[in-house]
Amino acid sequence: MKKFILKRLLISVVLLFFVSLIIYTIMRCMPTSYVENQARALATRPGAKSYQEWVAQLNAQYGLDVGVLRGYFRWVARAVRLDFGDSWFWNQPILDKFKDVIWYSFALGLASFILENVIAIPLGIAAARKQYSFTDYTVTVVALIGISLPSFFFATILKYIFSIKLGWFDLSGTVSRMHQSMTPFQQYLDIGKHMILPVITVTVVSIGGMMRYVRTNMLEVLNSDYIRTARAKGLPESRVINHHAFRNTLIPIVTLLGGSLPALFSGAMITEQLFQIPGIGYTSYVSIMQGDIPFVMFYMVFLAVLTLLGNLIADILYAAVDPRVRVG
Amino acid sequence: MGADNEELKIEEMHLDDAARVKQLSPGMMVAKRFFRNRLAILGMVIIVCMFLFSFLGGALIPYSQSQVFYTTEEMLKDYAGATAIDQFLFVTAPGETLPKDILSKTIIADSTGKYEFTARAGGDYRLEPIGESVYIIYFKEKTGPKPKDITEREIGVGALMSFTPARSGQELSYEFRKGALTAISNEEESMEADGISYTLNAAGNHGALVYDAEGNEYAFVSDMSINPVSGSYLSPAFKLDLIEMIENGQETLTVSEEDGTETTYILQNKNGQYLVRRNQETQIIDTYAFPSKEHIFGTDGNGMDLLARLMYGGRISLLIGFVVIAIEVVIGTIIGGIAGFFGGKVDNLLMRLVDVIYCIPSLPLFLILGSIMDYYQAPPTARIYLLCVVMAVIGWVGIARIVRGQILSLREQEFMIATEATGISVHRRIFRHLVPNVIPQLIVFASMGLGDVILTEATLSFLGLGIKYPAASWGSIINAVNDVNVMTNYLFVWLPAGMFILLTVLAFNFIGDGLRDAFDPKMKR
Repeated sequence: MKKFILKRLLISVVLLFFVSLIIYTIMRCMPTSYVENQARALATRPGAKSYQEWVAQLNAQYGLDVGVLRGYFRWVARAVRLDFGDSWFWNQPILDKFKDVIWYSFALGLASFILENVIAIPLGIAAARKQYSFTDYTVTVVALIGISLPSFFFATILKYIFSIKLGWFDLSGTVSRMHQSMTPFQQYLDIGKHMILPVITVTVVSIGGMMRYVRTNMLEVLNSDYIRTARAKGLPESRVINHHAFRNTLIPIVTLLGGSLPALFSGAMITEQLFQIPGIGYTSYVSIMQGDIPFVMFYMVFLAVLTLLGNLIADILYAAVDPRVRVG
Repeated sequence: MGADNEELKIEEMHLDDAARVKQLSPGMMVAKRFFRNRLAILGMVIIVCMFLFSFLGGALIPYSQSQVFYTTEEMLKDYAGATAIDQFLFVTAPGETLPKDILSKTIIADSTGKYEFTARAGGDYRLEPIGESVYIIYFKEKTGPKPKDITEREIGVGALMSFTPARSGQELSYEFRKGALTAISNEEESMEADGISYTLNAAGNHGALVYDAEGNEYAFVSDMSINPVSGSYLSPAFKLDLIEMIENGQETLTVSEEDGTETTYILQNKNGQYLVRRNQETQIIDTYAFPSKEHIFGTDGNGMDLLARLMYGGRISLLIGFVVIAIEVVIGTIIGGIAGFFGGKVDNLLMRLVDVIYCIPSLPLFLILGSIMDYYQAPPTARIYLLCVVMAVIGWVGIARIVRGQILSLREQEFMIATEATGISVHRRIFRHLVPNVIPQLIVFASMGLGDVILTEATLSFLGLGIKYPAASWGSIINAVNDVNVMTNYLFVWLPAGMFILLTVLAFNFIGDGLRDAFDPKMKR
């Protein structure tokens, strides 16, 4: 097992090397005039560093003055020490900004992750138990609608109904106007209230995939021989489902859930942007729009790391949870 | 002989005869299962409708996607302005000169009532009032040493009145001006100057329209300076009406125009500045017009017909979806096919490439490309092409994985051993024997992927980085909700486009789901 994990880890590191190389190359391929122009424009903002300083920092950080490969190694040498440089737009070290904003994204991600699974797993199982029943069709249609819903459109509808027509929530932002005069407990409630619509958006948009995944796997388990055996020996249906079938369905589900844990940090760019939640997704969106290359570069590498980490966790969990899988 | 046999068979057929049961080919079985799936049929109907709507509808609709519509609106617009003349205007008699400080001296004389003064440059003058603030100026010329030896000579007139000749470039003589001023002051209806008799249509003693002997308009005199606001021409008759209005304190004036319509003018007095306004038909862009007969879905913020834009936007969305998926299928099948068939090192290498590309975050990448294209102001068509290519280059990895997995399992089956034993070339074995067996999975994945691509394109366009104005896209139509006013008040602008995206993507997913069930009879129990 140790050897397996070590091997996967090594592969991931190699993959990360190539992914970051590609991202670096894409960034290097950006037209110089664009980079310079953005740096110049951002240098005119109040309190910003001067253009020369930015260029000097760019060269030091990204090696823009040397070849792609040498420049890449220069960047890697700093990146492994978690030195990603300063953001152009936010005017502070990237990691500082990251620490400020990541928890909003994590809270949003975690809340919708829990909600999604609490709803999707029982529904998926219910659909599989009665295949081709009304429940099954409803779950399938709802899941497909969730998959097909553009998040920006759904968020707009939610805003229209709950913010504009009913006036229950603010249109955007994380705090209301009276936030400063509230007690700390009320402040938490206030932020929580502002998170309701975004959480619903993210949940509904991502719930369909999970529902279908659970349903497919449950169907597979229900069609397997040991379930027939369990039924044949006269076990009550509830025990067959809850004891024999559900436990076996958990294998792929746990693998998937474990694999999607790192994604809780990746931020929902569109939803955060629509609701103006200052998470990592919104911050990166603004950075991209402003041409803040250091931050964008960091965010892309960060996302790549999360993806790799997710795959790694899924692989390891798959091997660890299912005794039938032989680790080789 | 053979024919006889067949006839015999038909006669002898029994109910449970195997030949009686219609044998369907595998393809027909799939089609049958597919058409039994109601959701899949619904999806097909929606997609067909979308295609008809976008391609046929776009060809039938009389509007184009970037045609701007105008509407006329009655607006109260400024028409003319009038101010009382507060500076004395002087007319010099032929061959005479007025002293340089005549203006200040006249003002003093007018306010004090002392009509005799001495100019700074020397010389005595006298003003003779002939009406309210209308003076004839005399120069007192010394003819002898005694103070009595003085003769007065008329050198000009001064008044708070301005003259406008009826025909431009026409000169008004001194005698005419003096005569007109006198006539107005005395409120006479006729006058004579230079041997010609004129008639006056006076508005009290504030102004008059002077007609010559033939009854033509000759000149307009008034104590108001009246100017049109937007360069239009004001007729002397209108000016006269205006002066009367001001004098009588009227607030509205209705004038019958030549074409029989009546126009109402409204007079506003702002501290002696008079402003005339009137209701005018103005052409404005028809923005956010509510659905009507001409515009079934209304118009958007640029005054363009939303129905036309929805149709043209549908074309782009569907087209991008199919182009991207086509490219993805080609790349994915080739790479996945090679990896799966050869296995070993080649497989390992290609799959690591797939892993690497899978790790590249796509949305930030699209956004960066979009903002760079913004910076270079790329033309809309170039954006569409580039968008397609980039989406395909990022998106093929899913297909490659499916093809490879499928081929890995197919490779071990007997028919592949047979192809190898019969010595069929590698190329033929991959593309004639393996790939056709992967096609079911490919079709399922492609139909669901189509929905994904359309969704991604809509998201990018919504963020303003995909399809750009004036080209339409469903995503960019919804973009209007970034303006809260539009979101609140103009539901018809963004709701249809969103529903179209939802329906189309949903339909592709229904079809994909139905195809999956149809291709995979194992799941049907």
